[in-house]
Amino acid sequence: MEFEAVIGLEVHAQLKTKTKMFCSCKTDFKDEPNTNTCPVCYGLPGALPVINKRAVEFAIKAGLAFNCKINLTSVFSRKNYFYPDLPKGYQITQYEIPICEGGEVKVDENRAFRLERIHLEEDAAKSMHKGNKTLIDFNRSGIPLIEIVSKPDMRSGKDAYDYLVQLRAILRYLDICDGNMEEGSLRCDANISVRPKGQKELGTKTELKNLNSFRFVQKAIDYEIKRQIEVIKSGGRIVQETRLYDDRKNETRPMRSKEEAHDYRYFPEPDLKPLVITEKEIEEIRKKMPELPLEKATRFVKEFGIKREDAHLLTLEKELADYFEEVAKLSGNPKTASALIQTELLRELNAEKKSVNECSLKTETLAKLIKLIDNKTISMKIAKDIFPEIYKTNKDPETLVKEKGLLQITDETAIEEVCKKVLEANPKQVETYKNGKEGLFGFFVGQVMRETRGKANPQIVNKILKKLLEE
Amino acid sequence: MSVVRQLKYRIQNGELSIVDLVKSSLKKAKEKSNLNCFISLFEDKALEHAYNIQERVKKGEELKLFGLPVAVKDNINVKGSETTCGSNILKGYVSPYNATVVEKLIENGAVIAGKANMDEFAFGSTNETSAFGPVKNPYDETRVSGGSSGGSAVSVAADIVPFALGSDTGGSIRQPAAFCGVVGVKPTYGRVSRYGLVAFGSSLDQIGPFSYDVYGASILLDAISGFDEKDSTSINKPSNFEPELRDLKGIKVGVINEFADQIQSDEVKGVYYKVLDFLKASGAEIVELELPHIKYSIASYYIVATSEASSNLARFDGVRYGNRVNSDNVKDMYFKTRSEGFGEEVKRRILLGTFALSSGYYDAYYLKALGVRKLIAKDFEKAFSGVDIIFTPATPTTAFKLGEKLDNPLEMYLSDIFTVPVNLAGLPALTLPIEFSKEKLPIGMQFISKWFDEKTMFDIAYTVEDYYKFYEKAGYGRF
Ligand SMILES: [Zn+2]
Repeated sequence: MEFEAVIGLEVHAQLKTKTKMFCSCKTDFKDEPNTNTCPVCYGLPGALPVINKRAVEFAIKAGLAFNCKINLTSVFSRKNYFYPDLPKGYQITQYEIPICEGGEVKVDENRAFRLERIHLEEDAAKSMHKGNKTLIDFNRSGIPLIEIVSKPDMRSGKDAYDYLVQLRAILRYLDICDGNMEEGSLRCDANISVRPKGQKELGTKTELKNLNSFRFVQKAIDYEIKRQIEVIKSGGRIVQETRLYDDRKNETRPMRSKEEAHDYRYFPEPDLKPLVITEKEIEEIRKKMPELPLEKATRFVKEFGIKREDAHLLTLEKELADYFEEVAKLSGNPKTASALIQTELLRELNAEKKSVNECSLKTETLAKLIKLIDNKTISMKIAKDIFPEIYKTNKDPETLVKEKGLLQITDETAIEEVCKKVLEANPKQVETYKNGKEGLFGFFVGQVMRETRGKANPQIVNKILKKLLEE
Repeated sequence: MSVVRQLKYRIQNGELSIVDLVKSSLKKAKEKSNLNCFISLFEDKALEHAYNIQERVKKGEELKLFGLPVAVKDNINVKGSETTCGSNILKGYVSPYNATVVEKLIENGAVIAGKANMDEFAFGSTNETSAFGPVKNPYDETRVSGGSSGGSAVSVAADIVPFALGSDTGGSIRQPAAFCGVVGVKPTYGRVSRYGLVAFGSSLDQIGPFSYDVYGASILLDAISGFDEKDSTSINKPSNFEPELRDLKGIKVGVINEFADQIQSDEVKGVYYKVLDFLKASGAEIVELELPHIKYSIASYYIVATSEASSNLARFDGVRYGNRVNSDNVKDMYFKTRSEGFGEEVKRRILLGTFALSSGYYDAYYLKALGVRKLIAKDFEKAFSGVDIIFTPATPTTAFKLGEKLDNPLEMYLSDIFTVPVNLAGLPALTLPIEFSKEKLPIGMQFISKWFDEKTMFDIAYTVEDYYKFYEKAGYGRF
């Protein structure tokens, strides 16, 4: 029997507002513990919540980016449960009427995963276990979150991965979330079930938690699908439970304490009036919406003639896309710009764990380097050789090339001389070549390049070698 | 002249100094400590504050509350002092911030004399559920003060302070005001900021004033009301409550016959009809109202109020503040802390509310109660299209004996039968003491006006007060 997996994701995204969801404390959760707190986010008796308008605006932005229906009236509710990091004994969230409904995350031109809803809520505090003590830091308590709930449209770990990559890219484009999974500003839970292919009703699902990176999400889901299928094939039944992913062992296992079935006793938050948004406000936000990754990629393909895969990769981070666009325009050679950025620049940046923003290599400098290649002052090889130095120093490429004596040799007589020398030095190979082993041509080119320390113009070398060998 | 006006003139004329007034207040509070109306008394702080205000007045500052002392119910946060809510779980909890109303009291030149006793978390109608013991009725110490703002009502009725703040969720200001013979006002929902009021039923709670007379209550309400950005349910409506005598001719007074039938005490009934006769004699037109859903008020109220309360009280878990009973695991710590920290009535209401909100019951209880609530508000809306004010008794009886209803919560809940519908509808209402019973127990009546039309309520009550002059019979304002 063939099985099909059904996967839905719940993503919690911390919003990058300056202040918290329901009070005016700063959202800097990395500050000294319990310094960004007040009666509201500490849940003191008598304190009341006030909705952060910025957070509402951010949620609308997300809703517009994912093509959701924005509800002009939405309602905050209380989700009641006891936990030490939950100061009020309830979390203020949206339940029956969320701010955004429907919508989809497009992962490429032909593929999209539908959304159920996006709602606003507040984050809990952070518990830290030290020995037999539990310490609680309330700096995180009350930081605004949006929860983005997908429909169960995904079928594999790869689907989930693609969905998350695009989702994160969009949130970052909107500048509403850092999207940092390790720091917890983006968190993902996955609901997974399997069923025989063709069957309509869903199988029993499990929920996966503790997924700290997109790759882990993918691996954990694939592991879980395999596990569920094996259980069913061996005649067992899936238990509805929450499972944790262990990345070291690449396996999922049930959470230690079996969670009791929670009754959250949701009811409308009486301390807040329904959240009312006007069409006008939505239009204002719509006007300020940035170009999103897929739109940008399509434009790059059209405008710069680069390949779709390249455009896709270049647009996942807005900063990188902007960087590329500048270099492409300044250099007038988008293809080389794309190639150098994706290979050389990203390698350097990754090695230093830096983002494009922190890159000391100016777009103008990189464009100059590309121009040197284009006007044949240097070869691509030389460009790649000197890239690390240019990257570090942002030194004018032309100056550097001159200083190092790396100017490309385009003088045909000079090149012909070297070629002749090479052929004279390798008579055996010349003979073999002439007897039909044409594969040796590359050997001669290599020798010439070695002699000229890579500076000879490869096209000219080819031309002259061919001519000499045919004589 | 009304008592609070007289105090104002005496202070303005220099006959009475603010410091002396506050000293005398504190002295009386100590002399009458057997009434148990204070949980904490701000002796040094109040005096220091009185000197400050006296200085401000000397510099020519005009202060709305001109240095009068005020008792604040112990569920309203005053920075640097205990906020116990009458509960063991918060004994010793010192608040780090001021409620908005407290800020306003200070700004308007009132002197906070202390924190008033109350039913535990305002759950009760007799003040007997307080972990600090019951408050006694100053007119008969074997009787209850009413509740839950019993301490506030008694601090005024015992002539200790001219002002007090209470909170009213289902009658917690108006019922003790009636039992103790003072004026008590529940403002329109949203009129006064709830920021800093420890929540009981968030959609019903309002802070309101107690005073010797209508004028006093009106200026105190004026001082504490107004929009507050910290309370999203507060509303920006201009106010000027200072009451004027009104010609009652042509005023349309609504009456609810169902209410009159539910008055248990003949004397209360007698006073009710007497005032009605006075209104008629003054030219008012009496209109009999039909409020078809009002009979569901108590049922609806106890579901909404306890549901919200069950959630509001979840924060008292021993984790961050309040009294904790330690244990080796968190769950057990919760159980022990809450079992030992809360009293019987609090537990009863938390259980009721938790049940009403639980899955499978939510629709049948909570949602239905909300529906009924809307219908009750509609009934009132319709009623007010034809009348200027609604006149009802404030309580079915006079103050009952201590212990009498403690074991019968249902009967205790029914003592709020005339006040509860007002909270469900979010309307403003005022209790006006009229006369003493034969046993010298105060009897009070209730005036209900339209949303945000407290002015009409104050004017008419002021006019009726001017006729009965209860404050003279009670002899308030002896400073
Ligand atoms: Zn805060």
